[in-house]
Amino acid sequence: MIIVNTEEVPNRQISDVLGLVQGNTIRAKHAGRDIMASLKNLVGGELKGYTELLTESRRQAMDRMIAQAQQLGADAVVNVRFTTSAVASGAAEMYAYGTAVKLAPKPQPIPAPQPQLQPVAQPVPIMENNQPPVTQNDAPAAY
Amino acid sequence: MDFILGMLLGLIFGQRNERTHIRSLEQREGILFPIVKLDNRKRIKDPQTVADAQMVIGQAVMASDYAKTFFARWRNIFGGEMKSFQSLLTRGRREALLRMVEDARRLGATEVWNVRFETSNISMATGRSGMAQVEIVAFGTAVRRAEPITQVLA
Repeated sequence: MIIVNTEEVPNRQISDVLGLVQGNTIRAKHAGRDIMASLKNLVGGELKGYTELLTESRRQAMDRMIAQAQQLGADAVVNVRFTTSAVASGAAEMYAYGTAVKLAPKPQPIPAPQPQLQPVAQPVPIMENNQPPVTQNDAPAAY
Repeated sequence: MDFILGMLLGLIFGQRNERTHIRSLEQREGILFPIVKLDNRKRIKDPQTVADAQMVIGQAVMASDYAKTFFARWRNIFGGEMKSFQSLLTRGRREALLRMVEDARRLGATEVWNVRFETSNISMATGRSGMAQVEIVAFGTAVRRAEPITQVLA
């Protein structure tokens, strides 16, 4: 499953749009973390416990979104967005949403054209005084 | 007593925390930012050379210290810029962005496109409305190129 937050998957064609998929989770802090956080609140800075908690719950919201996309038979979810909101005291909601799409089969990579060395038929005349080498093609055309 | 202790803790440890954090941020930014190119446009340039694209996320929850909260309340009376909270949010944003870039590096990406930030106040969620507790998320699409883009010089 390809998850991107751009509007399309680079280098792939979207063959079918299956619709919006979403996942959410509401997580409450637990006491141990809260005690540590309240101590940390005195000195400020990053609250590692909450960062961990929210990372975990965002992952869960995303997993639910991905599960929904898989149910629809999607190959990718594009344009993924997140929202966090405090719904009640002591709980935060994580919401992830995106558009499930089906991708066209991957095109076969075209081999890069190999520059082939052509044997030089005639020695290239060395340019002198910036004058172009005179060849037969330079003769005036007959009208 | 509570107030004096809180102010002292905030001023001494808060300031020290901030300095160490900024130093660590600068060091990691110096290593990572020359390697990974960030762009917040939606459309990925040169999509035909993309080998792999995957979403990456970085996040940080930042809290203000006692002294900062006190100064912020004071500032609330007169209005104006809250410098103490500004530095807090800037640090959080830099941290979240760095974590996102580190995530992208783990995938071997050299570019991150469509970088977005989202900020939300979770102090109500944790039950302490006086203290600012802010969650910052940075996310984008990490891109690994099949081969380095050869620039054609005109």
